[in-house]
Amino acid sequence: MRIEADRDVCIGAGMCVMTAASVFDQDAEDGRVLVLETEPPEELAELVREAARLCPSGALSVLE
Amino acid sequence: MTTSQTTIDPGPAVELPTVRNHPLDPAPELGALREQRPLCRLRYPDGHIGWLATSYELARALLVDPRFSVRRTRDPVGDPDVVTALYEAVYALPEHGGIIILLDPPEHTRVRRELAGFFTVAGVGGYRGAIEGALSEAIEEMKAIGPPVDFVDVFALPVSCMTICKMLGAPGEDREEFVRPNAVLASSTSTVEDKVAALTAFLDYCRELIAEKRVRPADDLLSHLVARGELTDDEIAGVALQLLSAGHDTTATMLGLGTFALLCDRSRWERLRERPTEIDGAVEQLLRYLTILQAGAFTRTACEDVEIDGVVIRAGESVTVSLAAANRDPDKFDTPDELDLSGGASGHLAFGHGRHMCLGQHLARLELKLSFGALMIDFPNLDLAVGGDQVSFHDGEDLLFGVRELPVVW
Repeated sequence: MRIEADRDVCIGAGMCVMTAASVFDQDAEDGRVLVLETEPPEELAELVREAARLCPSGALSVLE
Repeated sequence: MTTSQTTIDPGPAVELPTVRNHPLDPAPELGALREQRPLCRLRYPDGHIGWLATSYELARALLVDPRFSVRRTRDPVGDPDVVTALYEAVYALPEHGGIIILLDPPEHTRVRRELAGFFTVAGVGGYRGAIEGALSEAIEEMKAIGPPVDFVDVFALPVSCMTICKMLGAPGEDREEFVRPNAVLASSTSTVEDKVAALTAFLDYCRELIAEKRVRPADDLLSHLVARGELTDDEIAGVALQLLSAGHDTTATMLGLGTFALLCDRSRWERLRERPTEIDGAVEQLLRYLTILQAGAFTRTACEDVEIDGVVIRAGESVTVSLAAANRDPDKFDTPDELDLSGGASGHLAFGHGRHMCLGQHLARLELKLSFGALMIDFPNLDLAVGGDQVSFHDGEDLLFGVRELPVVW
């Protein structure tokens, strides 16, 4: 699984951090997503998919 | 763009259903529409025929679609002359450049980006101390007055006001400078003269705040914005209005209505009191179940023709998304019409969706979580002082739905 984040689309809502804090963080200046693990381990896969679903701007894509 | 295989037959126009059978449930017609015609034609108060979306899938699709604008929106309820006059007044002011709910990209993107850093998940954690301070004060005040007290006046409003004031750097005792005008702006019955006067008073106060921060900067959000120099003073005054308004009314309403929901069936209160670790999931369920922004997300206008599920929304048509209906969609949520405090509300739309999703949502969550936690420790026997049917609620056409007062005992 690979995560792609479009920082131009990202509005810094932080739903990804709320869902999977070990995989995502937010830039302290403008709140935009920082992907901590672009290829997260299998046990986090469902949380990562949920994070992508919850993203309000559609900035997150998960490539399986 | 399609969301499902079904083509929707939008049918004849309806007006937005606003009359509730039970205070904690949305108007029943919204559920019927969601089942039969989740995208239907909506008649707005000025006679315009637009659209109403009531399903979870459609709500998400429409709110994230970039082909919609929020500018000069059309409200689905209220006197259209008052609404139009108020928007004309707001857009004519230079401060409107800071009121992000009124803006489209690129202006929206620029201002939101300036603010987002203060409202990150980690960032709002920095306000835990401020919230706890506000909670201590409110709890002390409740104990000093002794039961019964009006929970809205003594707890909900002060806690939410103190928190946003602390964040922005506004003196806590300035509450009346913005609470009163904000109530007039949000009311469905105020006249246009009252609303314009309220807007003026509110903005005058915000301008004073900014001027103060120029002269005496402190470690607060408004001072940081002034120091950074990316936004003009007019824009920062607009930001102050946006944050003071959205930052107190919504949270106070959730505290009031949420406490009512937990106490009107006390098994909910008892259950949560016994399981304090379940507070996060319980707060999400309260947000979903209550969906206080009752007329839905701010109405959007199509900038071009948008095709969705076989229906074409024409450029210039208004679209109202019912967040309350979407949050009760059985296709998304198990037992949607029950308040199951054990969880299952992930993905709810109480904070909206898309680029305008509530900027303060993580601060709101933290305030709610800490507030309910503190109440359960200090007032374990909290209860309604009157029967549930004697509690007065907001009108179905007000911006937010909540309790006007909440007499409680302990």
